[in-house]
Amino acid sequence: MTNDASQNTQPTYYQEVERKGYSRRDFIGFVTMMTAFMGLEKSAIGQVAKALETKPRIPVIWLHFQECTCCSESFIRSSHPIVADILLDKISLDYSETLMAASGFQAEEAMKNTMTKYKGEYILCVEGSVPTGADGVYCMIGGKTSMQILEEAAAGAKAVIAWGSCASNGCVQSAKPNPTKATPIHKLLKGNVPLIKVPGCPPIGEVMAGVIVHLVTFGKIPELDRVGRPKAFYSKRVHDSCYRRPFYDAGLFVETFDDENAKKGYCLYKVGCKGPSTYNACGVMKWNNGTSYPIQSGHGCIGCSEENYWDNGRLYERASAFAGFGIEANADTLGKTALAVTGVAIAAHAVATNVRKKKLIFELEKQGKQSEQELKS
Amino acid sequence: MATKYLHIHRLRRVYVWELPVRFYHWLNALVIIALIATGFYIANPLAIQSQHEASGQYTMGWVRYIHFAAAYLFFFNFLFRLYWGFVGNKYANWKQFLPISKKFFKEMWYVFRMDIMMLKGKEHMSIGHNAMAGFIYFLTFLAFLIQCLTGFGLYAPMSTWWLPKLFTWVPAFLGGDILTRQIHHWSMWFFILFAVIHVYLVFYHDYVEGRGEISSMGGGWKFIEEEVFERNHHQTPNPEN
Repeated sequence: MTNDASQNTQPTYYQEVERKGYSRRDFIGFVTMMTAFMGLEKSAIGQVAKALETKPRIPVIWLHFQECTCCSESFIRSSHPIVADILLDKISLDYSETLMAASGFQAEEAMKNTMTKYKGEYILCVEGSVPTGADGVYCMIGGKTSMQILEEAAAGAKAVIAWGSCASNGCVQSAKPNPTKATPIHKLLKGNVPLIKVPGCPPIGEVMAGVIVHLVTFGKIPELDRVGRPKAFYSKRVHDSCYRRPFYDAGLFVETFDDENAKKGYCLYKVGCKGPSTYNACGVMKWNNGTSYPIQSGHGCIGCSEENYWDNGRLYERASAFAGFGIEANADTLGKTALAVTGVAIAAHAVATNVRKKKLIFELEKQGKQSEQELKS
Repeated sequence: MATKYLHIHRLRRVYVWELPVRFYHWLNALVIIALIATGFYIANPLAIQSQHEASGQYTMGWVRYIHFAAAYLFFFNFLFRLYWGFVGNKYANWKQFLPISKKFFKEMWYVFRMDIMMLKGKEHMSIGHNAMAGFIYFLTFLAFLIQCLTGFGLYAPMSTWWLPKLFTWVPAFLGGDILTRQIHHWSMWFFILFAVIHVYLVFYHDYVEGRGEISSMGGGWKFIEEEVFERNHHQTPNPEN
């Protein structure tokens, strides 16, 4: 029994799946895959299936601000077609600039309707950061700034999902000097709406689907880490699940991209792989139906799901740039310079000591020599 | 030929560095050397041309193992030294390190003028650390703290023990492992610069004061002139009363 009559009119996920022409077998396959992705036990498969069979679909508003839409692209290319067909197509029919059929006033109307009709029930997905510079004029839709749209939409949301690095931590448009003052949404949201960060540029499609299925199945947000990312997908470093890890442990590294070691598939650590500093599921889930991921294609991880990866050092070096000391300077060149300066200063000090404290040293020597002479041999 | 005898100062033995302090000092020196050496390797491993399969060697693995083992020793040694700052003798006391009194600042200024600017004046004779040295050691304790925080912060996700897990907030606070790792690497240079200056100054003090500065970290003794002792001037910064 539910108080909201309108909910009863919403079809369940399973009804939508059936209507789309998928078989029961397809549906169970999808559920099994999702359960595994979420890191749940086999016994949870039934729970997930039941939830998708009985629960009416949750309305979703999907907003696009400062972004490149790679998150949406990643999502609709998620390995199981049901992800795109149901979770995205059906769920986000309410409002998604990229995929909805409606446009203009019609689209704005659809969003407004969802917001009033399903107040406190809909999930707000945000793709992109919000520019707060110049009163927000850098990103305006339908005459409103993205900040206004976010505030309105977040007010009645059950949960907010920050898709991708833009919404989670600002991504490249917030790189120094950040001319538009691009801001991740967790810094802008007020009130107690739960927020899930799903960073990555883009995040893995299956990870995105997993987060939504979790919300649907359990009616609450998944367990998050300290930064606000779902633990199921972001608790391990890419390095920890990397199939090239044995080469790292053995101390076998690619020195340049065209050397023999690169052909042998050695570890990409020395050509700047950020796997050891990056928390993501790429090594396990991989991309494009589990085909590959950057390291498997011979390119180091660039750390796209990490905060500030664009400003924190270089993509093809381990050594980190040291801001303010020239483009080639890193911590070690600076350290070596400081060491040389220290050496020179010490030498100067030693000379000065012998000049300025001559009397003192001479006195000690004299005393010592006298004792030596007074002693019987 | 009449020999003109000088007045030769009589020196009195003072037990300055207790055994635990000396033990701490040398263990600290050893693990810091190990940490710097392995740290450099981890940051920029050598190019080994090897005919072995990856399964046949564990070079990076062992270097990291030494780094982590040394880090634990360093951490507990550091904790022990903090504890000893409350129960040790007056030269090991925590008050030797904090510029919290006017006397401390005055002495720092005096050491600066005499030992760095090389101005003429009455030589300063401190028995334990002088105030300037004490303050620099305070800075090293801060550097120890930074290295422990960032180091264990980076190590935490690899560990199942609760102790490193206490540091998971560090990378989260700093905004990720990339920056945490860089801070860890930058701070390492402080240790190198400190060690160079530290060793030089030990030789310097031994040379101009002749009171057993170098050997004091071996036997624990320094020697002060009888007159200094008579005046009962514990010239230590922030004395107990």
